[in-house]
Amino acid sequence: MTESNVLLEIKDLSVEYLSDGKTVHAVNGVDLCLKRGRTLGLVGETGAGKTSICRSILRILPDVGAEITSGEILMEGKDLLHLKEEEMQKIRGKNISMIFQDPMTALNPVERVGDQIAEVIELHQEQGNHEDAVRRAKEMLEIVGIPGERYYDYPHQFSGGMKQRVVIAIALACSPQLLLADEPTTALDVTIQAQVLDLIEDLQKQYETSMLLVTHDMGVVAQVCDEVAVIYAGTIVEYGTKEQIFDHPSHPYTIGLFGAIPSMSEDEMWLHPIDGMPPDPTDLPAGCPFSPRCPYASEACRKDRIQPAVTPDGHMCRCIRIEQSKKGEH
Amino acid sequence: MTQPLIEVRHLKKYFPVNGGTLHAVDDVSFTIEKGKTLGVVGESGCGKSTLGRTLIHLQESTDGQILLDGKDVTKVRKKELKAVREKMQIIFQDPYSSIDPRFSIDETIKEPLIVSGRYSRKEMVQRAEELMELVGIDERLRRAYPHELDGGRRQRVGIARALALEPDFIVCDEPVSALDVSIQAQVLNLLKKLQIERGLTYMFITHDMSVVRHISDDICVMYLGQMVEKCASKELFRNPLHPYTRALLSAIPSTDIHHRQERIRLKGEITSPVDPEPGCRFAARCPFAQEKCHAPQHQINASDGHFVTCCRVHEINA
Repeated sequence: MTESNVLLEIKDLSVEYLSDGKTVHAVNGVDLCLKRGRTLGLVGETGAGKTSICRSILRILPDVGAEITSGEILMEGKDLLHLKEEEMQKIRGKNISMIFQDPMTALNPVERVGDQIAEVIELHQEQGNHEDAVRRAKEMLEIVGIPGERYYDYPHQFSGGMKQRVVIAIALACSPQLLLADEPTTALDVTIQAQVLDLIEDLQKQYETSMLLVTHDMGVVAQVCDEVAVIYAGTIVEYGTKEQIFDHPSHPYTIGLFGAIPSMSEDEMWLHPIDGMPPDPTDLPAGCPFSPRCPYASEACRKDRIQPAVTPDGHMCRCIRIEQSKKGEH
Repeated sequence: MTQPLIEVRHLKKYFPVNGGTLHAVDDVSFTIEKGKTLGVVGESGCGKSTLGRTLIHLQESTDGQILLDGKDVTKVRKKELKAVREKMQIIFQDPYSSIDPRFSIDETIKEPLIVSGRYSRKEMVQRAEELMELVGIDERLRRAYPHELDGGRRQRVGIARALALEPDFIVCDEPVSALDVSIQAQVLNLLKKLQIERGLTYMFITHDMSVVRHISDDICVMYLGQMVEKCASKELFRNPLHPYTRALLSAIPSTDIHHRQERIRLKGEITSPVDPEPGCRFAARCPFAQEKCHAPQHQINASDGHFVTCCRVHEINA
């Protein structure tokens, strides 16, 4: 892999929140790497730190009570965390944009949908006037499958799927290099979800955009992503290509996640849930964060932070059993 | 055939809205046998929750009949209604808003017992303990408040409350859709275990096709207030006949990465359920729609127990 192929590299990112006098360890030493034109799926459950990672990249964490305590976020080699706020403003919406989870609250209810698209275009266009931005906004509406004359409508006149398409139009209006999609279809019905995923994929090809797709839906990952990172309690526990993760899931948490989904092809009386609950982020267990729920956990799992290991098929997995099984073979 | 526990005949629920009448549930009929689960699937706004709520009298039906154990309970009032409600309970979708934040866990579970007026104070304490154990909530959480609990545990509280008066029938309205998959599996297993132990009958409302396939004996597919297809769960996934069901099934993202699924791409937006035209409501998005689809549609028995509401079902599945 050549260096120029990499668009975004996150190194050792940690994010903490202060809540009720306690420190919430939301993201704990995350490394991710996103290549040009590719899609990386970030998979995990509620509170795993997925959204905090996206917000750190855009530097839109809450001003009060949230802090990036370590790490670098390198976009084409430049550390976004060290940019001045004015420089960051030029990047937001132009080089990096975000699709938020909830289309119902992501739009301004008292502003025409078209103006909300034109706003981002006007802000970032180097030449041209307001009329050019309006024309381009109408084009964007057409691209996402909404007639241009609906530019003058308000969000409440749109269905959920249409609102999410407006959010996508805003995100893609300046042809960003990087798209952060935070559960873009979770609030939508499956037939509408299929339409929106198709749309994102088509546009991504057209503009050669890289995408970080945050989701908890393994089906969506299977359909859309090239690479997959599985996150648990703020730690990436497994990371590889889609084929590696789906064909040879190696971390007990990933295996548990796959096992808990009701099968579409087999008939089973009982599902296989993961016992217990995710850990309290203000009081994470020492060692592996999954150890309290893990059926294979031993003393060694509860001591120190687990170092990444390489599985036989060459992907990253933070589990001591990988090294142990290798030793067992020799 | 044994007598079904629940029988619904031509049930309708209309709401007056600005500029017309919203047909939320429009002429729906089905039966559920004792100890079985009927899954009701469809997308948001298709009327599946309204169907569940109307069935257990949280809302009055506009027209049609509801039979519980052979007895017509469509128009019951006051005292009788209270007795009927003890037999029919509901588990709500949102474990955050369906539990009173100012009630402790045991107060929430005891409330139906208090309302029934049949339990002494001592019996209530004992019963609440039994129920908590039954649904797997730790005894130490008895005095806890909802904000101290995560979604999975709250949903267990909702289940305990629904079970308090030993109902025969429970409407489960998206009981796991607010939960993460690992927790979702715990709750689904609990519902199944309770059904086996107590012979419960469920109507399970969901938009998640893998969940409905797992839990249901029969499935009914709804689209804009109408039932478009109903048959045994296995039959629906093996042999979907209605164009909407086929599109719905093809749209589920599969976790099989080696076979790219062929999606049926639907075009167009959902038609309005306010004063809808007669005829098939899916016609506006249906790839097979013809002139005759705009005439009123009837339920067709396509094969043994497999009902489809589509006039072209034989042509398009030939």
